[in-house]
Amino acid sequence: MSDIHAPIEYTSTGLRSTKLAMWLFLASECLLFGGLITAYVLYRGQSTTGPYPQDVFDIGYTSVSSFVLLASSLTMVLSHNAALARDYARMRLWLLATAMLGMCFVGGQVFEFTSFFREGLTLHTNLFGSTFFVLTGFHGVHVTVGILMLLILIAFSFRGSLSDDPAFPVEMVGLYWHFVDIVWIVIFTVVYLIPAPPPHGAV
Amino acid sequence: MSSTEHRTEPDTAPRPTDPPEQHIAYHPSAREYIRVGLLLIALTCIEVALSYSSLAGTKLVVALFTCTVIKFVLVVGYFMHLKFDNGRFSRVFALGAIGAFTLYAVVLLTFRVWSG
Repeated sequence: MSDIHAPIEYTSTGLRSTKLAMWLFLASECLLFGGLITAYVLYRGQSTTGPYPQDVFDIGYTSVSSFVLLASSLTMVLSHNAALARDYARMRLWLLATAMLGMCFVGGQVFEFTSFFREGLTLHTNLFGSTFFVLTGFHGVHVTVGILMLLILIAFSFRGSLSDDPAFPVEMVGLYWHFVDIVWIVIFTVVYLIPAPPPHGAV
Repeated sequence: MSSTEHRTEPDTAPRPTDPPEQHIAYHPSAREYIRVGLLLIALTCIEVALSYSSLAGTKLVVALFTCTVIKFVLVVGYFMHLKFDNGRFSRVFALGAIGAFTLYAVVLLTFRVWSG
């Protein structure tokens, strides 16, 4: 049986261990993404060959991606609200909307990566390419994992496997999803909006 | 000592008799969530407008980070329910978030990233 069917655990802290474990996991993820963002900031403006950030970034396009991810966070909390009310149809609808918005975001990221690749920026081109692709790639993988979790949750709800306490698994997946969103909030500002310094050695 | 005489320390450990908090005490309504969502979108619009504005240097960075921090707090507080949830969850997450920020701020200061 899956953990979803497990009885509510009674703990000495009075807190659900699963939820505490999720928060611990998210706290550890802060260190992972903090390291990747720091590496990007450390090497900003250190590339000796192009393309440079100002050559490839399209702020308008990335802004739309950010709006999509923010909207997905909203649909995620609405699905949790519906799960609390045991409104399964609406819960599934919002979960599906969240997954679709997540797919739009990942699709947009794939398109962006492809266009950068066509402009000559790869993982091996320069320091900017290496740090940018590793940071945003890791984030994209996290979003993809979140989409899979959402789809599994929808499948479980159709099978009737969430009948005991449907709001709890939705809340757990939601915590992960919102964390992915807050990481993007930071990446969007640090990587895209703060202008990059002039290329290394430029007058 | 006979096998039936077992001397043990009195068990004073707290008994986990109370059921765990299954859900938060207060849960915002859908309307409140939509309001927070609209605020997040408005803040993102401000950020994008700032990046196209004449602001530059430290002023721009401070303005952008102010918006980012507000967005971060809104998502963590409302969408992740930390504002309404048990304080222990907040402390666990703050340990990771503030710890990571402090650690990497020290790294960036060590390498004098902002000296130029």
